[in-house]
Amino acid sequence: MSVSVRIPTPLRKLTGGADEVAIEGTNVGEIIENLEAAHPGLKERLCDDDGEIRRFVNVYVNDEDVRFLEGRGTVLKDGDEVSIVPAIAGGC
Amino acid sequence: MNIVRALKCRECGQEYDIQPTHVCEFCFGPLEVVYDYEKLDGYFTRELIESRPQTMWRYKELLPINGEPTVGAQNGFTPLVRARNLEKVLGVSELYIKNDSVCYPTLSFKDRVVSVALSKAVEFGFKTVACASTGNLAGSVAANAAAAGLESYVFIPHDLEQGKVLGAAIFGTRIIGIKGKYDDVNRLCSEVAGKYGWAFVNVNVRPFYAEGSKSLGYEVMEQMGWKAPKHVVVPMASGSLCTKIHKSIKEFIQLGLIEDNGTAMYGAQATGCSPITKSVKDGTDLIHPVIADTIAKSLAIGNPADGYYANRVINETGGWAEDVSDEEVVDAMKLLAETEGIFAETAGGVTLGCAKKLIESGKLPRDESIVLCITGNGLKTQEAIVDAVNKPRIIDASLKDFDALAEADGFEAAV
Repeated sequence: MSVSVRIPTPLRKLTGGADEVAIEGTNVGEIIENLEAAHPGLKERLCDDDGEIRRFVNVYVNDEDVRFLEGRGTVLKDGDEVSIVPAIAGGC
Repeated sequence: MNIVRALKCRECGQEYDIQPTHVCEFCFGPLEVVYDYEKLDGYFTRELIESRPQTMWRYKELLPINGEPTVGAQNGFTPLVRARNLEKVLGVSELYIKNDSVCYPTLSFKDRVVSVALSKAVEFGFKTVACASTGNLAGSVAANAAAAGLESYVFIPHDLEQGKVLGAAIFGTRIIGIKGKYDDVNRLCSEVAGKYGWAFVNVNVRPFYAEGSKSLGYEVMEQMGWKAPKHVVVPMASGSLCTKIHKSIKEFIQLGLIEDNGTAMYGAQATGCSPITKSVKDGTDLIHPVIADTIAKSLAIGNPADGYYANRVINETGGWAEDVSDEEVVDAMKLLAETEGIFAETAGGVTLGCAKKLIESGKLPRDESIVLCITGNGLKTQEAIVDAVNKPRIIDASLKDFDALAEADGFEAAV
């Protein structure tokens, strides 16, 4: 099963400039592993040494932050869209 | 004199040349401007600063632009008010309001960060500037861009207060309302920024933008007679302001402009969106994002980008964090207006409401100097208080009718 993953600007050097890549996987964790296999270096930027998604990285499935879903265990279905977005500031 | 050294990752320490970028390529950590302060030795003195015009740019060496500002040259230098009436009500001995509700030109502290961000954007050669905003930033980007002859796009949640929508739209900006919360706006803007090549003040020029907040801290210290307060209470959305005021104090100490007064930082949030306060109260540095639900819309950021750093500053300085209900926000807005004649926006109600609780709980001592940072103007958030203030009493244009009214109020005619 394949989902599309949107890649933010700072990570596009690792995807040969692509802003979107198609990756196989049944949950967010698998997607991250398979992203790493296809584009080495991505996982260490997304995850800390324990494999947890980094503090400054937001991963969305369709329009929902995976922190509000099941984190890395969030199940994906065909056609889902995954976005990787760096945290950004606003307000005070 | 330009003392800017580089952009540096706050997580892994990797340094980058000055460029419009905001996250570390290696670990995704946020980038921050770092300076070679020693270059200012013997040059950047109180006398030099005092000799300059009263704007935020009197501290320009500590703001990350080359030479003179091209946008917002008049911004900043707002009043620091000794709040003697509020001191009596709260039972404290030395209380000040840093009143950025009258910041030029759009009545919020965002005019500080925007003038830095847009001056930097002009330096980088951008012609179009943009932002994701809870309202104040949108107005400030729109106004300052108009004055600087820049094109602008501002992105806001679709359900903002009317005053904030009008307060941006009037400047002829392209204003886009997003169906969703601020965090949704933020996510979209992060993707738009990657695609369109504009200067997004809180995305790709954020490291420069955020530094503008330091000017609020510099002003407080100068206005107190070159002294840092013992305690500073700030509203928190992303948590950036808390960290930048702390940075401003550390810089002034390092430059020998003030003595270290052991200043403690306190953060204020609305209960309906209090992920940073919760982390402080729970004794952890893990910030759990929340779905924001509060009338303090300028602080309604459920996933605060600088939450971790604000938490750390609060802990390291011996401060604390508090949160207040929407009802307490309104009460505090009224209290500030009725005691000091300052009409703050909802975020100001959050700041004062939290300060009141911190004083009552003993977290803020009653006999030491306290500064409350009021960051926006109440005229922009009228919806919050429209049912909480007195309506005019309507009478005919008749002296007799007024006499009856005055008598009921307990006033007698003087002649």
